[in-house]
Amino acid sequence: MASLDRVKVLVLGDSGVGKSSLVHLLCQNQVLGNPSWTVGCSVDVRVHDYKEGTPVEKTYYIELWDVGGSVGSASSVKSTRAVFYNSINGIILVHDLTNKKSSQNLYRWSSEALNKDLVPTGVLVTNGDYDQEQFAENQIPLLVIGTKLDQIHETKRHEVLTRTAFLAEDFNAEEINLDCTNPRYLAAGSSNAVKLSRFFDKVIEKRYFLRDSNQIPGFPDRKRFWGGTLKGLHYD
Amino acid sequence: MSFLIDSSIMITSQILFFGFGWLFFMRQLFKDYEVRQYVVQVIFSVTFAFSCTMFELIIFEILGVLNSSDGLCRVLQLPLLPLETEPVRHSADPGLPGAFLHRLFYLHKQRLLFSCLLWLTFMYFFWKLGDPFPILSPKHGILSIEQLISRVGVIGVTLMALLSGFGAVNCPYTYMSYFLRNVTDVDILALERRLLQTMDMIISKKKRMAMTRRSMFQKGEVHNKPSGFWGVIKSITTSAPGTENLTLIQQEVDALEELSRQLFLETADLHATKVKFWSQHISFILVGIIIVTSIRGLLITLTKFFYAISSSKSSNVIVLLLAQIMGMYFVSSVLLIRMSMPLEYRTIITEVLGELQFNFYHRWFDVIFLVSALSSILFLYLAHKQAPEKHMTP
Repeated sequence: MASLDRVKVLVLGDSGVGKSSLVHLLCQNQVLGNPSWTVGCSVDVRVHDYKEGTPVEKTYYIELWDVGGSVGSASSVKSTRAVFYNSINGIILVHDLTNKKSSQNLYRWSSEALNKDLVPTGVLVTNGDYDQEQFAENQIPLLVIGTKLDQIHETKRHEVLTRTAFLAEDFNAEEINLDCTNPRYLAAGSSNAVKLSRFFDKVIEKRYFLRDSNQIPGFPDRKRFWGGTLKGLHYD
Repeated sequence: MSFLIDSSIMITSQILFFGFGWLFFMRQLFKDYEVRQYVVQVIFSVTFAFSCTMFELIIFEILGVLNSSDGLCRVLQLPLLPLETEPVRHSADPGLPGAFLHRLFYLHKQRLLFSCLLWLTFMYFFWKLGDPFPILSPKHGILSIEQLISRVGVIGVTLMALLSGFGAVNCPYTYMSYFLRNVTDVDILALERRLLQTMDMIISKKKRMAMTRRSMFQKGEVHNKPSGFWGVIKSITTSAPGTENLTLIQQEVDALEELSRQLFLETADLHATKVKFWSQHISFILVGIIIVTSIRGLLITLTKFFYAISSSKSSNVIVLLLAQIMGMYFVSSVLLIRMSMPLEYRTIITEVLGELQFNFYHRWFDVIFLVSALSSILFLYLAHKQAPEKHMTP
């Protein structure tokens, strides 16, 4: 049963945005009844069918590592958190749609996870500013999820959604906006579920099928198609 | 004219304090949060401004800067108003308690009623507070400012004393614990490995649960967590083998998660201690500098002393005596510095000086230090008293 392949996906975001509720919803298809403050890291596992509906369908375990805390923590806490950032295959960035600061802090969260070798000094050279180059050469797939959509009033919805669209563009990632207390946002067949599935597929691909790092940009499809089937033979 | 100057000084200083409180709120307190209700920020800044104004007025009164003294009394009473309205503000602002209130009371009227009730309860207990304390004299009325200040004073002084007492004990305790524990990288790595192992165990159990749930779902069974009284009864009587398995594993997972939390906290603690450990090294360098300067001072004093009391006959003896004193001083310095040294070097000193009761020397040092400090204070006081007399006598 535990012989399936696995990928590791980090779930990052400020305190109280709803990461634990989101992870619970993703893994158990149920709403979390009693959310409490996460100390350290809580993990949950989702069983995902890679390329569902095609002949090359394969089941994988997706480990969702929900790391608690805030960006402004002491350097000792940051060094301890860095333990969980080893060998990650994907990052889900969670922010609260009602709280602008949490969206801004996502830049710092992603820098912390992607530059984990530089974390212990506690002094970020880029001082939290958005570094375009860092995200351009980043190989790890990102996904931006905005929570508490139900608490946004109808009139403000458009403005909030445009802001988050810019945010997702900065990260070169897809975005999903939902309410973690309502499972219908991720109902099978909805656009959100499709985006999620695509993200997980991308993570699995990057981990298992695209081992060579010197890909030719602009021809990803061909590589995936051709190299994928060849390499797939090794990993079965 | 002077009234104009005074009031302009007051107003500018108030605006300054208000701005400072505002900045402090934004930059320090709410650094990671979003300000949703600006009312909270305004109230905070206003209270801060008034408190600073209170101090400022007292200082001005002492210095004799402002002229209008009766207006002063009225203005001094102003800062006390915000303190009285404290609970109303707490119920009025929809922060964390407000979220709770928001769910209870949808109507604005009900919220207002609730906050008024809260305020009345607070005032009642506030008044009751005055009874056991001898802070009142019968000649003051019931709604006078003295009543208010006396009660606020009781609460404030209690708070200050509590915090000081806690700080006085906690500070040396944490300081000592950081110094006494020497954390190496190996310890931290070992603990981190344990943490990751625990996480792996949790993951493997969760994988089993996920597969069980998936197979149950495919078979058509639905697993509902037993909620409520009847749900629990039902789950006891009719339980599919899949769900039993799940609850068992879930219990194991809960225990493991608790363990992982403990390990995480321990690792964070170790990291913090390690950082403090480096401050220990730095303090060792500083102590070294102090030692060097004190040696220099000692040598200078010895030379002066030597010049003062030596003659051609006794110079040898005095030099030897001074050498003895210098030797003893150095050895004792090394003894005392051992406390603030990193572990590797401590063993060297222990080897050289032998197994001694180092703690005793520290305590002895403290006692004698205290005695000598007190006696030198006494000595200086007497000397100071004698000196003006010497000057006064013609």
